[in-house]
Amino acid sequence: MRNPQLDKNGGLQHLLTIDGLPREILNAILDNAAPFTEVAEREVKKLPLLRGKSVFNLFFESSTRTRTTFEIAAKRLSADVINLNIGTSSTSKGETLLDTVDNLCAMQADMFVVRHASSGAPFLIAQHLAAMKLEHIHVINAGDGRHAHPTQGLLDMYTIRHYKQRFDNLVVAIVGDVLHSRVARSQIHALTALGVPEVRVIGPKTLLPSDIDKLGVRVFHDMRAGLKDADVVMMLRLQNERMKGALLPSPQEFFKSYGLTADKLQHARPDAIVMHPGPMNRGVEIDSAVADGPHAVILPQVTFGIAVRMAVMSMLAGA
Amino acid sequence: MLPDAERLCEALAESLRPGLDHETALVGIHTGGVWVAERLHAALGLKTPLGRLDVSFYRDDFGRSGLHPQLKSSDIPFDVEDRPIIIVDDVLYTGRTIRAAMNEIFDYGRPARIDLAVLVDRGGRELPVCPRWAAQTLQIEPAKNLQLERSEAGTLTLRLIDA
Repeated sequence: MRNPQLDKNGGLQHLLTIDGLPREILNAILDNAAPFTEVAEREVKKLPLLRGKSVFNLFFESSTRTRTTFEIAAKRLSADVINLNIGTSSTSKGETLLDTVDNLCAMQADMFVVRHASSGAPFLIAQHLAAMKLEHIHVINAGDGRHAHPTQGLLDMYTIRHYKQRFDNLVVAIVGDVLHSRVARSQIHALTALGVPEVRVIGPKTLLPSDIDKLGVRVFHDMRAGLKDADVVMMLRLQNERMKGALLPSPQEFFKSYGLTADKLQHARPDAIVMHPGPMNRGVEIDSAVADGPHAVILPQVTFGIAVRMAVMSMLAGA
Repeated sequence: MLPDAERLCEALAESLRPGLDHETALVGIHTGGVWVAERLHAALGLKTPLGRLDVSFYRDDFGRSGLHPQLKSSDIPFDVEDRPIIIVDDVLYTGRTIRAAMNEIFDYGRPARIDLAVLVDRGGRELPVCPRWAAQTLQIEPAKNLQLERSEAGTLTLRLIDA
């Protein structure tokens, strides 16, 4: 079966997950994102690439940063952007996901940016569009369940490449609630595909998937050991809203063992960068002194996210 | 027999010289136009740093052929507002690239004026674009591409290939 994200010429048709994307496409997205960063410096921050196109932000789950940066990216490409907070509209009246999609297709949608609490929802939409022969409509996964958040993974890779120039000599540590994190899965797939020789995950047993080592990562339960000589420290948000049962004694207890403090960060390399996908829980997974400190590149991540999303949208629309 | 590109660069620099004032900025279009603009910039001793444009984001064939591979960043290292600007390209053909370049420049500000200097005008215009300076005019059939190439030693040459 063909990779459902690629068209018959091997170009990007949808962006659903980083898992299975060839390294050339990942590199093409990162390469293409660079010139888009320069647009933010201009008097007129607008390019005509998506002029006349309608981009629908379908957010079945709340989000501020991701939805806003997708909106800015689409608007800087001159698209018309329609935001739907579905939680508060049709679905609550009983409409199914695919009926919602059909209705938006009838409104001449060109692109869907989808966030959904169920893993696979964007894939379902892409499959449906193919069955309806609506191949000119593109889908971008903006986070589905615990599955994937590919644009976050890509903007993280862009950030790493910006500060470290290359991937093939890095030690990267991903810290925290990997179990509930779609971001962590996308990061691991991207880091592996781009040739990072050592990817580590650090967290308590209860917050690491039991078969995580099958993804080719080294597992650490002791944070100091896991951070030793790391070039990149990628913190994850403790996902309180996804917690079921007693996975953790308390946020304070978590901070003591797995919160990133200046003291723990000393075990990483002196030029290590600290990343976080946001929103941050200060004093839970990261100490304010680190979040605001010289190693943090958390705000540049947000800025780069706009350029990476512009690159992805342009590549899809031009396919 | 195609003309010598190095000679054309020299001739183009001399024809530009009388019309320059100290505010004038050159903007080369990637890739060949940048090479020519670099020559002109050095030969004319201009103080304003050289601008470089990759017009891929403004091309009118994006809907047909998508994003061009190997995008480069545009770099306009001066204030465009009220400045006389000369767009520099290697070969002028349909005029569509120049249209895209002008659109892009206006997103940086309102220039005092824009002129166009090219190494070769090969005819075949599809838009009302006319260069103020062309070092050479050639009639070339549509089935051919006229390209500027740069050797490893940095020498510029014109080459005719099948389109």
